[in-house]
Amino acid sequence: MDDFLLRALLGGIGVAMVAGPLGAFVVWRRMAYFGAAMAHSALLGVALGLLLELDLNVAVIAVCGALAVLVAALERYKGLATDTVLGIVAHVSLAVALVALAFMETARVDLFAYLFGDILAVTRLDLVWIYGGGLTALAAVVAMWRPLLAATVHEELAEVEGAPVAGVRLAFMLLLALVIAVGLKVVGLLLITSLLIIPAAAARRVARTPEQMAVIASAIGCLAVAGGLYGSLRWDSPAGPSIVVAAAVLFTAVTLATLAFTRRG
Amino acid sequence: MANQATEPERPHGLLVEVAGIDLKLGGNLVLAGVALTASEGEIVTLIGPNGSGKSTLVRVVLGLLEPDRGSVYMRPGTRVGYMPQRVVVDEMLPLTVGRFLALGVPAAGARPRAVLAEVGAAGLAGRPIQRLSGGEMQRVLLARALLREPDLLVLDEPVQGVDVTGQGELFELITRIRDRRGLGVLMVSHDLHLVMASTDTVVCLNHHVCCTGRPEAVSRHPEYLALFGPLAERGLAVYTHQHDHRHAVGGEAAPLAAPPPRQDAAEDTAEDAAETEGRSHG
Ligand SMILES: Nc1ncnc2c1ncn2[C@@H]1O[C@H](COP(=O)(O)OP(=O)(O)O)[C@@H](O)[C@H]1O
Ligand SMILES: [Mg+2]
Repeated sequence: MDDFLLRALLGGIGVAMVAGPLGAFVVWRRMAYFGAAMAHSALLGVALGLLLELDLNVAVIAVCGALAVLVAALERYKGLATDTVLGIVAHVSLAVALVALAFMETARVDLFAYLFGDILAVTRLDLVWIYGGGLTALAAVVAMWRPLLAATVHEELAEVEGAPVAGVRLAFMLLLALVIAVGLKVVGLLLITSLLIIPAAAARRVARTPEQMAVIASAIGCLAVAGGLYGSLRWDSPAGPSIVVAAAVLFTAVTLATLAFTRRG
Repeated sequence: MANQATEPERPHGLLVEVAGIDLKLGGNLVLAGVALTASEGEIVTLIGPNGSGKSTLVRVVLGLLEPDRGSVYMRPGTRVGYMPQRVVVDEMLPLTVGRFLALGVPAAGARPRAVLAEVGAAGLAGRPIQRLSGGEMQRVLLARALLREPDLLVLDEPVQGVDVTGQGELFELITRIRDRRGLGVLMVSHDLHLVMASTDTVVCLNHHVCCTGRPEAVSRHPEYLALFGPLAERGLAVYTHQHDHRHAVGGEAAPLAAPPPRQDAAEDTAEDAAETEGRSHG
């Protein structure tokens, strides 16, 4: 196997593994829109990183993290419609980033790579970021699994029972920022939400417990990465979108299989 | 305990005491000067129309909401079992009743099954939480509250979504649990007569405390009667009802030309229920 292909596969699998459990929580907490909005604002991180000559991963994590803190703060004032504010902030930061990038030395910026990912260009350093960030996120999710799950089922009940509800909510959003930042390279900011949601939705069909759903989502995500990369090589299609198409094919297959199974059973 | 030494005025067995609570939500004064106590072995029922601030007061007692003014005391070390008004678990979350119960208490072991049996929901442990009937869900929520070995049970509309027979059974169950465990109960209901037999103290709330006391006393209190109208007298021995209007086909009140034919009492009550609804929101 070629080196770049191995790196692409490793990078994609690294992202898909964390995207499984985090995507499950995104689905359970109905935060798909939040994830998409955060991904959109990631481009502002890219623009700022280029402008200030920072590491792009750090810049993206910083911008997405700031959005998480902002939303967590806004949610304390119950009167405000979070999704409206989120929509404004996310799309304005995307627009500002696009304007800023247009004024910069365009030769350095491959916009398409940030929007749809550039998995075949994953470097060793990217792998360090993906696995460093990914393992950190996985460890954190495992560590706060119980309170996070309890708060997901019913926040006030969990709070009365002593779970650190506000803390795990903020921590979860920050982890999401981290995963979006490292996933940017693989499928890009327009498609990263689908890598969170589609495997989790497919896993729901077969999982009996929350933990099963998280693990199966990771596995389906990894299969989607492998399948997408294969398709991309075979038919010379763009890799990031091919991974999402592969995820959708898996989702459909699992759905049809469970439907057929329950029909017969 | 040091705390008891510094606050000797609180009676023994007192679990909760809130006083002078003011709370604004979205610009409206939802609670005004509200006071409430609950003690060990006592069942206190909050009653009041929809939107009268019952759940809000419960949240203040639980420390989920900070009042703008007033004091909230809970005996140090009190363990609370809480049953929220509404728990809907997303279909996308594969969760059995057993797992749902275990979320409230770490390392619950075999106790969830025992507590499920105690609330008359034995055998539900393996059922997906989304596949429960209204009554089953309320019992499971009660079981989760009990799993914490609480000193105080806080139940927000515990018989919600349950048919009338089931409502009576649930209130009996709550009374039996109180008798057996000797814990305090603070619960919310919107119907006094259903809880009459199972409550020691009633607090009638409509943003302020209208009246408070033993259920029989509250049911005759002028403020209670003004709040709930003639509907409140349902089931009481003395029932006189004077119509000064009749109801037109569309339901709106029409002037009374001749004395209407006397209708049976049940129908009167139904009409009055509609009238009370409109009045109590004003
Ligand atoms: N977060 C909130 N923001 C603004 N108003 C609220 C909020 N929560 C409750 N209210 C209002 O406070 C009033 C009391 O609500 P609630 O305590 O739920 O009533 P109840 O439980 O007696 O039916 C209602 O008018 C409701 O609309
Ligand atoms: Mg309520």
